[in-house]
Amino acid sequence: MTGNERLYQIRAFKNRLAMVLSCGATAFGLIWLVWILLTTVINGFQALNLRLFTQMTPPPGTEGGLANAFYGSALMSAIALLIGTPIGLMAGIWLAEFARHSRLGTTVRFINDILLSAPSIVLGLFIYTGVILPLNILTNHQVGFSAIAGALALALLVIPVVVRTTDEMLQLQPSTMREAALALGVPQWKLTLQIVLRAAKAGVVTGVLLALARITGETAPLLFTAFGNQFWSSNLLKPIASVPVVVFQYAMSPFDDWHSLAWAGALVLTLFVLVLSLLSRLILLRNRLT
Amino acid sequence: MNDTVQPLTMTLHTGDVTSDKRAARDQRHDLWFKRSMLGAAMLVLLLLVSIAASTLWGGGLAFKTFGLDFLTSTEWDAVNNHFGALVPIYGTLVTSLLALLIAVPVSFGIAIFLTEVAPPWLRMPVASAVELLAGIPSIIYGMWGLFVFGPFMAEHLSPWINDYLGELPLVGSLFQGPPLGIGMLTAGIVLAIMIMPFITSVMHEVFRSVPTTLKESAYALGSTTWEVVWDIVLPYTRSAVVGGIFLGLGRALGETMAVTFVLGNAQQFSASLLMPSSSIASVIANEFSEAYTDLHRSALIALGFLLFVVTFIVLALARLLLMRLSRKEGL
Repeated sequence: MTGNERLYQIRAFKNRLAMVLSCGATAFGLIWLVWILLTTVINGFQALNLRLFTQMTPPPGTEGGLANAFYGSALMSAIALLIGTPIGLMAGIWLAEFARHSRLGTTVRFINDILLSAPSIVLGLFIYTGVILPLNILTNHQVGFSAIAGALALALLVIPVVVRTTDEMLQLQPSTMREAALALGVPQWKLTLQIVLRAAKAGVVTGVLLALARITGETAPLLFTAFGNQFWSSNLLKPIASVPVVVFQYAMSPFDDWHSLAWAGALVLTLFVLVLSLLSRLILLRNRLT
Repeated sequence: MNDTVQPLTMTLHTGDVTSDKRAARDQRHDLWFKRSMLGAAMLVLLLLVSIAASTLWGGGLAFKTFGLDFLTSTEWDAVNNHFGALVPIYGTLVTSLLALLIAVPVSFGIAIFLTEVAPPWLRMPVASAVELLAGIPSIIYGMWGLFVFGPFMAEHLSPWINDYLGELPLVGSLFQGPPLGIGMLTAGIVLAIMIMPFITSVMHEVFRSVPTTLKESAYALGSTTWEVVWDIVLPYTRSAVVGGIFLGLGRALGETMAVTFVLGNAQQFSASLLMPSSSIASVIANEFSEAYTDLHRSALIALGFLLFVVTFIVLALARLLLMRLSRKEGL
């Protein structure tokens, strides 16, 4: 009897300990989130002003903004989405509509999942050896680090995200819809593009938004593809500035005014990414409700 | 009689021709449609192969020049053109393992909290907060690590670690060093915070996939919550949990920006976790745009190849382990 009671007490104690530890772990995890966000918001807001969006990146000791970097980031992200989205969409359609259970489909899905979390710096190296070096030789050393190379590196990050979400969202569509269309004699391409894809539109848009959120903060693949530029540039064949790279360089510098610019850039990046992820969640939620 | 039948068959006949034509056209279009979709999918496969091939080719010069020495030498000297990558390899492994050591128990705790402990109204907000943490760009973690957490380490944690853990026999040398604030331990902690959301969300998802009947049976037999988690949920999801941990490891190995900020980019080998070091990704990020000799650049690309191969193996293992659970679910 006392043995049983003792056993019961030990079990109850173990359980209570585990529950306390589990709550502790959650608090521990959330503290970092609050700490990091607070730091970014406080330091970023102090440095936030209108100059940030109207003036170029300054030399140390003078006032300036990040206008050229914002422009460069927007330009490269837009091109990356223009290249990456169609490819990702098509590969996703193939996976969901033509290769749901085939061995080749499983392989592509597997490889895509690995690319999804592959180190982004290696993608930068790939663009360097696969695009920049050949381009440099072809153009007689006229074209080296360039905006288009940076955009290509970012496109490589877009593709796996879009493939994954497109595949998942199309698979969610009921097969009765496909069968109904096929029974009416609709050809496969029309069925896929005008019926299934349209039904899954919200999900697919979410995938593109998530991809944009992913490339917004990416620094590593841009360091030696787009490189950086102190001035405003729209030339796709020349180096171009981007917010994450400028933030990295300014934060690593010893100058205080560069530090505060870096914080301002970091705040804008964070807010943009958070708004994107909120937006994509809202789209999904609304879609589920209707 | 014949006169009335004739036109009818005529129209039927012509109708057949157009629908035949249309069917043939549709079939042709479908074929092209399918082929172009297949082409895009094959591009994904090609991408993986060409990443591996191009970095292997780019690093060829370094592999040829140094051979096995590239992996075993600690001397990374751009001036004398000698490149041995043991220090960055060691730094990558140590920081990633430290990150796992911290992140795995915490993630496990959060996942239990989300599936078993928290009241239902609290689950959504906490899960979204954890996902939020996953969405913050890694450069923000790096800046926070450099400007906020590094100084905090130097002032509060490092001296304490030095005084108490540095005295221990055997492992003491791991914890001795000046309170610099940046170093392998700081990098490991920042990495841990970064990979925690990934591991947590995998664990949370697979814990939720455990059949309710299994758990309820255990509760009905008088099990405590902890016993249900440890004896029912964990054995059922073991392979997927390990898969989630590997997924986190893959992220940690390849993470660049956060580590570059807080690791200190030192090429000296040091046993202490409090000392600066370098990782594969941080060396590439710091030195690539300033590498002027072919050999230096090749050595950096060779490092990239190593990183890609290692993360590929880790991530592939993770996926295989995760797939094992979904197969069980299918049965």
